[in-house]
Amino acid sequence: METNHQLKRADFIFKNENDWKEVLRKNINRPPHELINELISSELKGRGGAGFPTGLKWKLSAEVDSDIKYVICNADEGEPGTFKDREILSLVPFKVLTAMAICGHVVDAKEGYIYLRGEYFFLKPELNKAISEFEHYCKEINLDFCIRIFMGSGAYICGEETALFESMEGKRGEPRNKPPYPAISGYMNKPTVINNVETLAHAYTIFTYGAKRFYDLGVQYSRGTKLFSVSGDTPKPGIYELELGMSLTDFVNDFGDGDTKAVQVGGASGFLVPRKRFAETTIGYEGKLIGISLPTGGSMMLFNSSRSMFNVLDNYLEFFREESCGQCTPCRVGCQQLLKGIKAVKTGEKNAGHLDKLLRLAETMQFTAKCGLGQSVANSFSSIVENFREEMIY
Amino acid sequence: MLDYCLLILFSSHYFKPMDTSATLVKNLADQYGRSRHNLLPILQGVVEQEKYLSESSMIEIARELDMPASEVYGTATFYSFLEHKKMGRYIIRVCKTITCSMKGKNQVLLAIEDMLKIDVGETTPDGTFSLLQTNCLGFCHKAPTMLINNDVYTDLTPEKVRDILSEYLTKSKEGGQNGN
Ligand SMILES: Cc1cc2nc3c(=O)[nH]c(=O)nc-3n(C[C@H](O)[C@H](O)[C@H](O)COP(=O)(O)O)c2cc1C
Ligand code: SF4
Ligand code: FES
Repeated sequence: METNHQLKRADFIFKNENDWKEVLRKNINRPPHELINELISSELKGRGGAGFPTGLKWKLSAEVDSDIKYVICNADEGEPGTFKDREILSLVPFKVLTAMAICGHVVDAKEGYIYLRGEYFFLKPELNKAISEFEHYCKEINLDFCIRIFMGSGAYICGEETALFESMEGKRGEPRNKPPYPAISGYMNKPTVINNVETLAHAYTIFTYGAKRFYDLGVQYSRGTKLFSVSGDTPKPGIYELELGMSLTDFVNDFGDGDTKAVQVGGASGFLVPRKRFAETTIGYEGKLIGISLPTGGSMMLFNSSRSMFNVLDNYLEFFREESCGQCTPCRVGCQQLLKGIKAVKTGEKNAGHLDKLLRLAETMQFTAKCGLGQSVANSFSSIVENFREEMIY
Repeated sequence: MLDYCLLILFSSHYFKPMDTSATLVKNLADQYGRSRHNLLPILQGVVEQEKYLSESSMIEIARELDMPASEVYGTATFYSFLEHKKMGRYIIRVCKTITCSMKGKNQVLLAIEDMLKIDVGETTPDGTFSLLQTNCLGFCHKAPTMLINNDVYTDLTPEKVRDILSEYLTKSKEGGQNGN
């Protein structure tokens, strides 16, 4: 496929939010089905996890009959290498609040929560100030919607939506079985729309400029823009809004340090792409055009040739081993064994063939683990071991 | 762990919890409510004040919320920021995830250990600092990073971290009780 296009920068998310009152007023006076159709035709997909179509999510929740429903903004942002949600909440909080309230209008929910990770406690005072101003305006225009912050306490797994509900209910953050899906039965077993911070910020863009403006950006199956958190061996680490559908070659030409050996796309639970596959890799959601999917929020970590891929994998596995909730055996024991296994191969205690056993174990976890954490360990494990096998051994 | 839970359960019948914790817990329960879904904010409130969850405060929470102490313990120990071991007034959490560890986290950690004369997991004898490691703080573009209580410090170097700790030391000597 063609990879001759340059990276396309965009500036929607952080553009000023001064028009939030107007956007809110205008949109809560539109019928819910019209707003849902707008979102559906924009083809916005969730920016926090599985890439579920946002319009469809709202529609499902809107169709359930219930006296109480909730809207939750997922600001747990725990994926290593991801730091864009914090920036959105500090720079344009009103966009997120407005989108939550519009969602409340669409699905008929009166209560919203922001689940903010404990590490971002310092954001809380400013965010609370924005919320009071926001609620004050809601009263003025007779909109019955309130928003509360719920603080996390240092557990990555609580970013998983059902673990997040458990946590809000005062329990250990252990994921539930799905179905039922949150849209039907979420927080307090009530219908709940849960969206990532960035997803809500994009919804604001769509409700401000219309679906077409958003749809015209990006490529088939991956419409619109996305915030990328760029870190690692790059001369310009930071947060960038780019159109989806870029080739990894173009990305590395722009952000690399001239010696990029591999890029980890999507954080520790994402994939490692080695240099030889940059050209064939397009950044976007799965679809015909795409070589790789974005399992999480657009983290791009660059590694140059001075980095040991063994150390990288070791660090990721240590992360998963610690953050596994321990509820299901494939993940609890699997993470421990993978970590132990690569160390044993490295020290020569086991021969290189042991890596193949570990690859099969990772694959088993992908199919048998209860939630996305255990299921996605294989992404980084297999892509690193398969592409940098010699570094695992010597 | 089971033994420990039982110990907590039984001790609730025999020992009267410390008064300061009891008042704090009661106030928090008044503020947030006494349902199960109010548990996390209450636990966080205690940790905010006392830096950790003592046995007596967990028992007191169980009593206020009318739930088994083992459930309080089970929930609290799930969360890495809800310490259940006595902590210093300033809890240092150095990020050990990938980017920070590539960008010099070990040197930063060594500088702290050297200056405070403690290892990871320990508290200074005067109870001022505790040193821990933590996972990605969401500032990888400014690695290496650390938290001291709720404040984030980025782009750390050994020199910078020594300056930061010196300020805390001065603050803690001058302020006595006032350091947050
Ligand atoms: C282990 C794990 C951690 C997750 N962490 C987050 C997170 O920090 N923030 C987030 O928005 N979604 C996270 N997710 C995805 C959520 O479960 C959920 O899909 C998402 O919040 C839905 O919002 P979206 O449709 O707007 O993306 C995580 C999923 C898993 C499996
Ligand atoms: S896969 Fe891991 S994190 Fe998910 S439920 Fe199982 S043990 Fe918990
Ligand atoms: S890796 Fe340390 S802040 Fe992300």
